[in-house]
Amino acid sequence: MIAALQKPALQKPALQKPALEVQGLNRSFGALQATCDVNLTLERGARRALIGPNGAGKTTLVNLITGVLKPSSGRVLLNGEDISSSSQADRARRGLARTFQINQLFRGLTVLENLCMTIGERDGNCNNMWRSAGAKRSVIDEALNHLESLRLVDDALKLVRELPYGRQRLVEIAIALAQKPRVLLLDEPAAGVPSSESHLILDVVASLDPDIAILIIEHDMDVVLRFAKQITVMVQGAVLVEGPPSEIMNNEQVRAVYLGQESGRHG
Amino acid sequence: MAASDSHKVAASAERSQLRERAADYLLRRHYFHWPEALPWLIAIAAFFIFPERMTFGGQVLIMVLFALSLDLILGYAGIVTLGHAAFFGIGAYTVGLLIARFGWSEPISSLIAAAALAGLGGFVSGWFLLRYRGLTLLMLTLATAIMLQETGNLRSDISGGYDGLPGLVISPLFGVFDYDLYGHVNYIYVLAVLAIVFYFVRRIVYSPFGQALTGIRENVWRMHAIGSPVHRRLVAVYSIAAAIAGIAGALFTQTNAYVTLTVFEFNNSATVMVMLILGGTGRLYGAFIGAVVYMLLEDYFSKLSPTFWQFGIGLLLVLAVLFARRGLLGLLEDAGKYFKKKVQP
Repeated sequence: MIAALQKPALQKPALQKPALEVQGLNRSFGALQATCDVNLTLERGARRALIGPNGAGKTTLVNLITGVLKPSSGRVLLNGEDISSSSQADRARRGLARTFQINQLFRGLTVLENLCMTIGERDGNCNNMWRSAGAKRSVIDEALNHLESLRLVDDALKLVRELPYGRQRLVEIAIALAQKPRVLLLDEPAAGVPSSESHLILDVVASLDPDIAILIIEHDMDVVLRFAKQITVMVQGAVLVEGPPSEIMNNEQVRAVYLGQESGRHG
Repeated sequence: MAASDSHKVAASAERSQLRERAADYLLRRHYFHWPEALPWLIAIAAFFIFPERMTFGGQVLIMVLFALSLDLILGYAGIVTLGHAAFFGIGAYTVGLLIARFGWSEPISSLIAAAALAGLGGFVSGWFLLRYRGLTLLMLTLATAIMLQETGNLRSDISGGYDGLPGLVISPLFGVFDYDLYGHVNYIYVLAVLAIVFYFVRRIVYSPFGQALTGIRENVWRMHAIGSPVHRRLVAVYSIAAAIAGIAGALFTQTNAYVTLTVFEFNNSATVMVMLILGGTGRLYGAFIGAVVYMLLEDYFSKLSPTFWQFGIGLLLVLAVLFARRGLLGLLEDAGKYFKKKVQP
């Protein structure tokens, strides 16, 4: 159901080129090297998990890829095009969407308005100062379709700030999907959600359009193993190792640095 | 659309009903609601009930217009500025200088010139300043207004300095209606301008552009992330608000037939912000209630106690901030909801 709705906005992807390519990315905050010569590739339709202990620089990497932060050096390529010097908004318009680790929503607006706003900006409607925002039925219908696929229609007219946190996390994902991205970066989509509800979010993530290249930051190894076909492990700002889950799970270095430390948490 | 159609068929009747209700909310939000007629009816009624006080009435409407322009940027886009008087001043001086230095006294064309120049001022300063937020922006906007005022002071040979440009004679409106001593013509003129500008502002607020402004106010990070050209939008609305403030300033000069450099003063920027907060930000009619209540109280208190009148205003503002966070209009809305509940439990 979701897959049918999530056709990428542009239908001519350069097939031979990876959806997202990160080359030699560096970023430091003062003396702290937060990102250290990171190389990362997302093929079209990739399902890659980015794991690593707290402070490994995962969110920093997402911020560098999306343009929130400027790298000290290195390049970011989206479908083979260099977007290193593009603004955050420009990257979003080219099909790079993300969710935030901590919700970034229009809290004082309704869920439906949150979605309509996204669709409006995506389609470039928001330059219009004269027509009424509600006049485009197609936008409202599309917004409702997105909400329906995430079972959020009941909440369409509620203000975001009135929703429980778990529902807000779903709105966060709904917005990213409404952007019709070709590359989607999910920063701990189930963070802060009680485990009784997190399965709903993870089901949604698992059933996303196979054409979208997805990078997910996640601590829960069960989720990572269920979702990811490739895993990248980051430690202290650098990529320690990457490969398919089976390799990563048996990697001595990973066990020592990451899983050893985390095993207490996730058994 | 094929996907959405098959969706609808599959959906239960209850579900599609839910969708309709949700869609209706957005489709009808911008419709005219009858309480909106109230302020306009009052404005017209005032003309007949207090014919001898129309000069004051014109001043009130000008402040409504000024507060409305601030609402567009403060209430909707969330731009906090303490220098909005800069654009009021540009408008006021455009009209003043056109008459005093160029002998151009036709009111409508000079009003348009004032709007254009103030809008240009908003565009240029906004382009540079709107990269900043919060306290930095507050100080920079404040500095802009002071710089304009000091420029006027520096060239007092042109601006008339703090003595201003007194005794300006404005040509009859449309070449027919002369400005009378009681301000009757002026009141109608200002009310008409206010109504026209208000119509434009209302369209902007309910447009997709206006929605994007609300988005910027609510969460600028999210706006960047969904691909919104935030800076461009802010500069656009800042220029529009500046142009409207310029119109208010132009009307101010035309109403008073003089202008001094005090129009640029911090006091002017602060007063209009107090009015708007008092009335309620981000709701269009807050500008009406705020400006009217403020001006009436100022008028009343200053007669009651010419030296101590600001205490009354101050007290009211403290009460509003403490007990009516959404302004007087917010208070009215709450009261309306309360009674609705009482009537149909």
